[in-house]
Parts: sequence; C-alpha cells; structure tokens
Amino acid sequence: MERLLHSRNFLGLVFMVPAGVLLLLFLTYPLGLGVWLGFTDAKVGRTGAWVGLENYQFLLGDSVARLALFNTLFYTVVASVLKFVLGLWLALLLNKHLPFKAFLRAVVLLPFIVPTALSAIAFWWLYDAQFSVLSWVLTRLGWIDRYIDFLGDPWNARWSVVAANVWRGVPFIAITLLAGLQTISPSLYEAAAIDGATPWQQFWNVTLPLLTPIIAVVMTFSVLFTFTDFQLIYVLTRGGPLNATHLMATLAFQRAIPGGALGEGSALAVAMVPFLLAAILFSYFGLQRRKWQQGGTDA
Amino acid sequence: MASVTLKDVRKAFGSTPVVHGVSVEILDGEFAVLVGPSGCGKSTLLRMIAGLEEITGGAIEIGGRVVNDVLPKERDIAMVFQNYALYPHMTVADNMGFSLKLAKRPRQEIEDRVREAAKILGLTEYLERYPRQLSGGQRQRVAMGRAIVRNPQVFLFDEPLSNLDAKLRVQMRTEIKELHQRLKTTSIYVTHDQIEAMTMADKIVVMNAGRVEQIGAPLELYDDPANLFVAGFIGSPAMNFLPGRVVANGAGLAVELGGGVRVAAPRVQAPLAPGREVTVGVRPEHFAVSAQGVPAEVIVVEPTGADTQIFCNLAGVEVSAVVRERHAFRPGEAIRLAPQLAYLFDPGNGARIR
Repeated sequence: MERLLHSRNFLGLVFMVPAGVLLLLFLTYPLGLGVWLGFTDAKVGRTGAWVGLENYQFLLGDSVARLALFNTLFYTVVASVLKFVLGLWLALLLNKHLPFKAFLRAVVLLPFIVPTALSAIAFWWLYDAQFSVLSWVLTRLGWIDRYIDFLGDPWNARWSVVAANVWRGVPFIAITLLAGLQTISPSLYEAAAIDGATPWQQFWNVTLPLLTPIIAVVMTFSVLFTFTDFQLIYVLTRGGPLNATHLMATLAFQRAIPGGALGEGSALAVAMVPFLLAAILFSYFGLQRRKWQQGGTDA
Repeated sequence: MASVTLKDVRKAFGSTPVVHGVSVEILDGEFAVLVGPSGCGKSTLLRMIAGLEEITGGAIEIGGRVVNDVLPKERDIAMVFQNYALYPHMTVADNMGFSLKLAKRPRQEIEDRVREAAKILGLTEYLERYPRQLSGGQRQRVAMGRAIVRNPQVFLFDEPLSNLDAKLRVQMRTEIKELHQRLKTTSIYVTHDQIEAMTMADKIVVMNAGRVEQIGAPLELYDDPANLFVAGFIGSPAMNFLPGRVVANGAGLAVELGGGVRVAAPRVQAPLAPGREVTVGVRPEHFAVSAQGVPAEVIVVEPTGADTQIFCNLAGVEVSAVVRERHAFRPGEAIRLAPQLAYLFDPGNGARIR
C-alpha cells in the first residue's frame, strides 16, 4: 500500500478519476445513448428495439431531412465566409491606432456577450412583418414601398437567420484575429515597406501568412458552432417557413422531443458527426501547423 | 552609392521634441556610426533616414536628392533591424529575395543574386531553412543578406549586434567591417556601444539628448574631445573627471584639486585666470605610477593580465588608472599617480578649454 501510494503511475490514475467520471457521465454516456437510440425505434414512453440502419435509410429518403442538410450547409458556408471576411476586416481596423480604441474593442465584443436567446428575440422584432424597424427605415427613405416579409418567405428567412448568426459570430472572430495580429512584430511591416511592399502586398505577404494558424483555429471553431447552431433558429423561426430554415440540429430536436420519435431524431443528430469530423480533420491537416512554425534548430 | 546629408533635421512626437536640429554630412562610401546613450534620438534619426518616421523639420538628402517625402521603398536604402525582422514564414532564400520578387525581377536573376549574397555571408547551406531553425548569428547574417541582395545606395543598421552574445558580437563586428570594405556602400550604423563605434566607424556622430555633441573620426574624438560628454562617452574605461581651481604656481599655473593636491595645468590657448573653477579630465591609461605623482589611496586592484586597473581615491574622487606594468598594491596602500596627459573643461557648460 505504501509503495502503491508513492508510485507515479498509480497516483496519476487516482488523480484522473474525478475528471474521468465526469467525462463518462456527461459526455460519453449521452453521446453513446444518442448513437444507440439512432439504431432503435424508441419513442417517448417506449423503449426501442434494435432496427439497424432503418432510421438512416428513412432519413435518406426524407425530403425534409434532405432540405435540412442543404439548409445547414448553406447556413454554415455562407455565415462562416461572411463572418471571416467581416471579422478579419474589423480586426484590421481595430489594430490601427484609433481614438477610443479600448472602448471600440469593448463595443465590438457586445454581440458576443449578450445571451443568444436574448439577441434572437431582438432580431425577431427587427424582422417582424408588421413592426420591423428595418422595413420602417427603408420605407421612410423611400427605397421600398412595402414592408419586407423577412421571416415569411423561404429565401428571405434563410438570409435573415444568416445575418443574425453573422452579427452574433463576428466579434469572436474579430477579437481572436486581433489577438493574432498583435503578435506580428511591427518591424516586419517596416522591413516589408523598405523591401518595397505596398500596403496590399504587406497584407498578402506578411499579415495573412502569419495569421493562418490562428485563422485555422478560429474558423474551425466557428464552423463547428455554426453547423450545430440551434438557439437562434429555434427562437427566430422554429425551422419555418416551410422548413426553409430547419437545420439538422433543430430538425433532430423537433422530431425527437415534440415529435416523440427519439430514434429518428437521434439518427439525424448522429448524422451531423461525419460533417463535423471532416471539418476538424480538414483544419488539422490542411491549415494548422506550418513547417515554419515548428521548432528545432535542425531541419 | 551615395552621400547622405542631414540639414537641421528635427523630430517631435506630438509636442515633445526628441531630435533638435541635427546636421551631418556622410560621404559616399563612408561608414558612419551614430552613437549615444539610450533615448538620445539616434534610432529615431536612422528611422527618419529610412523613411519609417516622418521628418518634423529640416531636410534629408540621399545622393543629392531631398527624400523628406519619398516613400521608404523609393529611397533605395536597405535596413538591418535590431531584432532582424526576418519573415518567419519564408525560407532564408525567400527572405533575401523578397525585395527583388516585389520588384518583379526575373526568377533567375533573383536566384543568382541570392546565391551570391549567401556565398559572401557563408549562408549557402542554409538557404532552404526557416529563420526559426537558425542561430542568432545566422539570423543576423540573413538580415544582412537581405540588405546586400538589394545592392542599395545606403545600408542602415539599427543596433544590429545588440541581441548577440559578447563573443559573437566581436566576430560580427569584424565581419560587417570586412563587408563594408568589400562593398564600399555608404553605411549608417546606430549603436549605444562606443567600442563598436570606435572599431567600425570612419566617422562617428556622438549624440546626446537629441543633439550632436561632436562629429569626427574615432581617434579624433578620443584625442580631441569637444566637451565633457564626448570625453566621458568615448574611451573605455571612461575618463576620470576631477573638480579643481586654477592657482598660480611659481611662474606657471597649476590646478588645485580637493585636499590641496596640485597638478600642473595643461597648456591651453585660452587665458586661464587664477581662481577659475575647472574640471580636469584624465584618461585611466594616461596615469602612470610614479614617485613624481600626486598621492592616492588604493581601493581595488584588478589585474587583467595584459594590464592592471587600479581604482583609487585621488583628492577625494574615485579614479581609475590603467597601467601596463603589474602591481600588487593592497587596499588602503598609499601610491603616487602622475597624469601624463590631462584635459581641461569648463564645469559650467561642459565645453573643453583649449
């Protein structure tokens, strides 16, 4: 016993137990249960029986599920690209010597701080068919003569939820990229200026390459969060109109809990995993570690 | 190649002036060193020559052309930065060839010029490495290679050796000097290390608090300092300063130091009236241990092998003396030191009394 208590390995194991239990309880168990349910025909109030891949086969032929997949991809790709472009632009702006710099940086973080449900409600008002401030302003300016039906038309609704997601996601990207920008030594820009680089060439040859590692990390996170988004959609549209804004996450919830089809909902949720894994692998192998970052004095 | 002329160049950051009208003429092919303590404005001056800082007043000419409003890339200069400022994501070859690539030179020409510069600097086998994989001295060479490849009119060095260890610094000093002798490109070198300045420069510009104290060849500054600042800054160990008063001494004049100690007054052109307050400056190497000297009390003796440095109390002031012969004085021992060469300064404005 005495020896056991002094053994590094044994003590290591002992200290890992609490974390391990927490992981098993709150991560592995729900995930495992979800995967298991996906292979059963469980309904609310009825333990399911093993049905193999039946749920997946059904979903493959289900037009709503296929629409949800399309919506999710559209939502993720468009929102991520917009968030990246706007976030990088904001980060570059905030990296300049501006008056009230600290204040501006704090303001930029605001959308990130507000709880999503709350900001979603605010957007809901902005997009309201009758009371929309946006429509009101545009009519007052004389640019439109009828109020826009933001959430009533399928494509309007898609773009509207994308806009809300972008508004919410930009601060995270901008602040992270700003942190990355500040690690770039100003003398590199001076060296580049003397070497004859225009500001655009400096951005292209110095800023962007040195920012790639942090871009890879932040965009991976952004893609994962966007792909699995639920709150915003659930508050704004609940997937409507005509399932035009149903994402895989919202559809899975709708099928499983209000719809009661636990097996089917779980299968839909599990179907998201391969996409997420692909995104992670892409960033891990494709972007993250560059040769020039690796340490060591010998190649 | 080109000359560089500064005419009453001024710089202020906001309302704080940091460079108060500097005029220097650096000849074509000259190696000029701007030297001074931290914060004296030497780096700012260099950055103004490079075009990285705006010029508040005066004019800077490179090769006879006023460049005040010319972009850095159009000034035809190359700069070596203190932290090297190598692009971490580019190989050594790409770092060195970047300016040529931006200038849209043919690929073959870039490669040839990079290879040639690498050969001069002994970097040939490192061309495919990244800066991270190089030692400090190698990075330093790459930074110089980047400058050489351009074949600019003027090289600017901003304390390029201050991040290296002492031994490597001495070695790189020699290399930079050799390089200059070979390329003969006008060079402006900023350092706070007076030894670097003395060993490398054709012309030294001593700066203090945003002003030029003296301009001259290294030995001119050493032999003929214009004021207390230059006298104290140039030379190592630094010159000793002893406060005193001019007194009549028989037919001639002497300077009475503290405690009634008298030394013969150095011969000067200016009229010296008895009673005038002066500062006597004596370099440590100009003291000799001699029976004709003035009394001093030994504090510490530091033998270095080649010579012996003696710290002692002379007329109430701690002075250092460096002598060639070896001595084993004990602390507290009374010795006599004779100044072989002394300078006189006005203690009020610090100017040399000639």
